[in-house]
Amino acid sequence: MDIHGSTVEFHGVTRKFGNVVALNDFSLKIKPGELVTLLGPSGCGKTTALRILAGIDKEHSGVVEIDGKDMSSIPANKRNIGMVFQAYSLFPNMTAQENVEYGLRVRGVDSVARSKRASELLELVGLASQSARRSTQLSGGQQQRVALARALAIEPSVLLLDEPLSALDAQVRSQLRDEIRRIQKTIGITTLFVTHDQEEAMAVSDRVGVMNKGNLDQIDSPSHLYNKPKTPFVAGFVGLTNVVPAVAQSKNEVLVLDQVLDISEHAPSLVKGEEVKALIRPEAISIEKAAKGAVVITKSFLGPMTRIGIDVGLHDLIYVELTSKEAKKIDTGDHVEVTISSDSVMVTHA
Amino acid sequence: MSQTSLQSTLSHQTAEGALPVAKRMFRLDKSFLGILPFLALIGYFFFYPLAVVFNESIHDSHHHLTASAYKALFGGDYRNAFIGSFELAAYSMAISAIIGALICWAVVKTQGHARKLIIAAAGVLTSTGGIPLAFSFIAAFGQEGLVTKILLNVFHWDIYGGAFDIYNFWGILLVYCFFQAPLMVIIFIPAVENLKVEWQEANETLGGSRIAYLRFVVIPVLAPAFISSCLLLFASGFSAYATAAAMSNGTIPLVPLLIGNLVNGEVLADQANQGDALAMGMILVCVLVFGLYALVMRVSRKK
Ligand SMILES: Nc1ncnc2c1ncn2[C@@H]1O[C@H](COP(=O)(O)OP(=O)(O)O)[C@@H](O)[C@H]1O
Ligand SMILES: [Mg+2]
Repeated sequence: MDIHGSTVEFHGVTRKFGNVVALNDFSLKIKPGELVTLLGPSGCGKTTALRILAGIDKEHSGVVEIDGKDMSSIPANKRNIGMVFQAYSLFPNMTAQENVEYGLRVRGVDSVARSKRASELLELVGLASQSARRSTQLSGGQQQRVALARALAIEPSVLLLDEPLSALDAQVRSQLRDEIRRIQKTIGITTLFVTHDQEEAMAVSDRVGVMNKGNLDQIDSPSHLYNKPKTPFVAGFVGLTNVVPAVAQSKNEVLVLDQVLDISEHAPSLVKGEEVKALIRPEAISIEKAAKGAVVITKSFLGPMTRIGIDVGLHDLIYVELTSKEAKKIDTGDHVEVTISSDSVMVTHA
Repeated sequence: MSQTSLQSTLSHQTAEGALPVAKRMFRLDKSFLGILPFLALIGYFFFYPLAVVFNESIHDSHHHLTASAYKALFGGDYRNAFIGSFELAAYSMAISAIIGALICWAVVKTQGHARKLIIAAAGVLTSTGGIPLAFSFIAAFGQEGLVTKILLNVFHWDIYGGAFDIYNFWGILLVYCFFQAPLMVIIFIPAVENLKVEWQEANETLGGSRIAYLRFVVIPVLAPAFISSCLLLFASGFSAYATAAAMSNGTIPLVPLLIGNLVNGEVLADQANQGDALAMGMILVCVLVFGLYALVMRVSRKK
């Protein structure tokens, strides 16, 4: 199986449905063999981006290129793109084997060759023993494996996965997620993966692009995205974040919860007196028991960590994560003193 | 209760091969209780009259056992009526199945109001059928009908210039299509609606043409529903009475019309059992058609 990774590029792609802008001036470059995930809430334009790349949706402005070649004049059935849908995509009148063979069949590959290839792929996705079954006789997870094998059978230049796991149980989901990543790395295929689940995005991707109402807000490696979100939306979507009002004290300093923090590391270039929002990860906050001050309102056990919600006199509670061992010392109703470590605080002007 | 639980306990202990049988018996047991009122109902309103009809069909007016009424079915007017009904059912099935399927195809491609409207209209046309349909037809396509006159005066086309007459076979066939095609829409549309967009898009990304999609996916997936819908149309066309009665002035031999005439006693009282025999013949045709229907359903479900 020698699929070479192709380069994929979106250049200023816009797609409107009436006055809904499903995709707004969307640009993205995916390197050969890279797995990029589009992450965002339902309706933010993820599927639209995939359909445009696949050629199913051609009513857009802007250009899509594969290996530097403009795809505008190439219909979907000539683009050689493998696509896996959310669900229900297997042909119900065919067995798993026949489904996997389909792309080769319509290409006129002889039955011996395509049967051999389909068997290899079913083997790759761990379903060799189920090849004679129909989709109705397969579990949801198995159906998605067959769909993956079917998409890969045509040796596509790009693999597109549109929320392929979202219809599955949690356990099957994380297992299949890891397997998709393993297979993707093994054959080195350029992949665009779509999901609304941030954990899934973080787990499988080389880079994650966070989408918000048709816009690509930020695209970065998972760790970068988590530690250096550029907007409150990104910060909020990628892990839990406290968004706290703050006031600039100087170019590099903000006043947050009665503390002055030096955030020069993030080069914020603030104007003194400016009102901004500080984005603070729960693990960047530490608390100490005190006689008065902020009050612990909620305490949720999350296994190794415990999340504590504190009323600091703002509209929303702020959340802190402690190891469950540390958290034993603290109960709801306790007064605490809150300390923020400045190295993981960001501000936005929004 | 104790019996059923004993049975299920036993079924767990028997050999593998015996298990499904025991299970099936267990299920049958329970389901029978649930549908008992229904069985009583169809027993009284269907099987009892059926038995009466059958009984009468094999006795003459002097209460002597005879098969003469059945023998008569194979000749003369009765034979012609079966042929006529068969042809009417077959033609109206073929035309309506194709037109109805095309309408279904178009309907699922449209969204919103147009779609609801078409389905509602199909429902009305199907259930109106019969006499209102026939009369509106006569009003439109009769020799003095509105459409006939418009075609003649505006387009100078005399539809009565050729073989057409709304009271002959082709006229009745046309009217039948007006309730058969909507019937097709109603019974076939669930299958067409069940075609997933994902299949079409999967076909496309996998390199398939539209023709490949039709040939390898749409036709095989829809075939069972299409065949069974056709069979239902056939049965409907074969046994429809009201429309034929309103349209035909007795010149076209059709089984339901003859039964009507014979039962109404418009013909010799002596032949009362002839109507019963005809009815039995018609029931036999419908039973055969529904047998085929059940077979198609079973084969397609096994797949
Ligand atoms: N065929 C369509 N007709 C009208 N609006 C559409 C259509 N497809 C998508 N949209 C709209 O475009 C936006 C983006 O949709 P989509 O790309 O499917 O989002 P996502 O996959 O991120 O959930 C949504 O607001 C959706 O309502
Ligand atoms: Mg989507």
